[in-house]
Amino acid sequence: MSEAVVTRTPAWKLALIGVGKVAPVFFVLLVLIVWITILNPRFIEPTFFLNFLRRSAPLMILAAGQLFVVVSGGFDLSQGSLVTLTVLAGALLAFGDPATTWWVILVLYGIGLLVGVFNGSVTSFLRVPSFITTLGMLLTLKGIALLWTGGAPRGSLPDNFRAFGRATIDDVPVLGRLPWAVIILVLLAAFFIYLFHRTVLGKHALAVGDNQRAAALAGINVHLVRISAFTISSLSAVTAGILLGGFSGVSINVGDGLELEAISAVVLGGAALLGGRGNMPAALAGALTLQALFTLLNFLGLPSPLRVTVQGAIIIGAVGFAAWRAVRAGHERGA
Amino acid sequence: MSTRVLAPRRSRRLRIPIIWWLLAATFLIAWLLVSQYGRGDFVAPSNLNNIVERSTALGIVAVGQTFAILVGSLDLSVAYLISVTAVMASFIMQGDPSRVPLALLVVFAIGGVVGVTNGLLVTKARINPLIATLGVGLILRGLLNASFQNFAGSVPASFQYLAYGSIGPIPVPMLLFAALVAIAALTLKRTRFGAHIYAVGGDRATARLSGIRSDRVVIGAHVVTSMTAVLTGLYLASRLRSGAPWIGTDGVYDLESIAAVVVGGTVLAGGRGGVLGTVAGVLIFATLDVMFNQLGIGSYTKQVLRGLIIIAAVAIYAYRSREVVG
Repeated sequence: MSEAVVTRTPAWKLALIGVGKVAPVFFVLLVLIVWITILNPRFIEPTFFLNFLRRSAPLMILAAGQLFVVVSGGFDLSQGSLVTLTVLAGALLAFGDPATTWWVILVLYGIGLLVGVFNGSVTSFLRVPSFITTLGMLLTLKGIALLWTGGAPRGSLPDNFRAFGRATIDDVPVLGRLPWAVIILVLLAAFFIYLFHRTVLGKHALAVGDNQRAAALAGINVHLVRISAFTISSLSAVTAGILLGGFSGVSINVGDGLELEAISAVVLGGAALLGGRGNMPAALAGALTLQALFTLLNFLGLPSPLRVTVQGAIIIGAVGFAAWRAVRAGHERGA
Repeated sequence: MSTRVLAPRRSRRLRIPIIWWLLAATFLIAWLLVSQYGRGDFVAPSNLNNIVERSTALGIVAVGQTFAILVGSLDLSVAYLISVTAVMASFIMQGDPSRVPLALLVVFAIGGVVGVTNGLLVTKARINPLIATLGVGLILRGLLNASFQNFAGSVPASFQYLAYGSIGPIPVPMLLFAALVAIAALTLKRTRFGAHIYAVGGDRATARLSGIRSDRVVIGAHVVTSMTAVLTGLYLASRLRSGAPWIGTDGVYDLESIAAVVVGGTVLAGGRGGVLGTVAGVLIFATLDVMFNQLGIGSYTKQVLRGLIIIAAVAIYAYRSREVVG
């Protein structure tokens, strides 16, 4: 990577090739943002845009975690239920008392760790397909959340807990009001990109997803990689839950369907389901694209049920396009 | 969905598939627990009837889901198709018996279109079935919720014969379900289409090289799945007298049908399994449901246990086979 590239190719051609290599999701995202801005020019004002990023933060963090599982060849369907459990259990444990916040957060991450290690271990050692493991976990976690709270939200999240999702730093130069959630998002995004593209764990996850047997023969500890991937996914779900609890409050269906949105985001970002191909910035952009799409449909004034229809059509269209490109590029499998 | 690793074939000592042992064990444990701690007689005819009745709605669509999974795909759109069918059927019928044929024509046409669409997206567009059928489900859900907010229309009393009638002592839905299972099992075991489903599910590339038009087989399997979803929708409309947009999603028929198929011993990757296992899987779920009710266990605990049971059941198969899974 460090050798200087000697080439006579003109710069504009290089630039074109560079553009061709950018994942298509970034163009889609750009189009959506331009479209929203035309409808509502204030959208790109720092305050509004930062607010948009804040709303996108939970899904982006979920997608980042999901990507580790997807590239290693699995699914994590339990993310949404874990978000619900995080919010409900957080409210119940804290019961509005600000002094409890730190140990409550610790307990929540402890639960996330347990769930991730369980998902990974059952998939690895008992050889249960991750679709089934995490589907069972989806039912179990939602059940535990409802059982624990008695079916309706109880208690409340103290203000210093909710601060992660809703507080802002006022009077920042240029940016105006900077939400904490955006700072957290940026730090985590940098961390996830580093973890996925610059550490051996990311490479191993890709290798396991591409060909598990080859990875094992090459000396990779497949079980450890799998368990790590599921744990990262669960911890990201807890993080997303803490942020969501902050700005949307406590409800029993706060996490419903988020796992499928996260999977869609990852696939929009060009990752191949069943593993072996994936890219962290593109996955994050995929989540942002999905959120921008929701925002756009909102601005277009479409009746809210039809937004779901458009969302379905666009997911199919985007993944179909990605599959077409992949097939053209010689990947047999599509997307 | 997985990479196969060659393994020495085990001798087949057990003639009865393990799922039937699991069903028998579940039933015995339920009987024991209920007679010890619960109220009511577990093996009373009314109770056994109850078990079968609970199985019917899920069972019909799970039989169809078996086809999609056997061929190496799956279908997450069934829950919404069930809602669409129930609502459209009762909306068109408006309690008028003469409009029943029209309603049936419309809902089966919708089912056909949805099935073919799912199949085309999976085969020709090469979209992962999870995403393709999820997308189709979202499209249906949006269209349905934009048009209907509540119970729409009603089915005529004669149509309720489907859910409540009985021939002699045997309820009509049970007979119809048995007939459906028999047809499905015979299709898989005795017809060319069935053989092709196993071939394509086992290895799509090899099947195609052997001269099977694998895309058509996958599309056909998806049409079967959608048609059973339509049947479940009709059954629920007949049972509830009217269709509401939430009945498919309330029953979680998408995930539950997949769970029943997999608990029934069909491999999620496709190519191995069958309809009878699925029936056993559905019966296990229903037996547990009835047992939990009679033991007075709350619905949330039920959900927790059900999740763990799904994982445990599949772990038992996985432990017995030597397959590497994803």
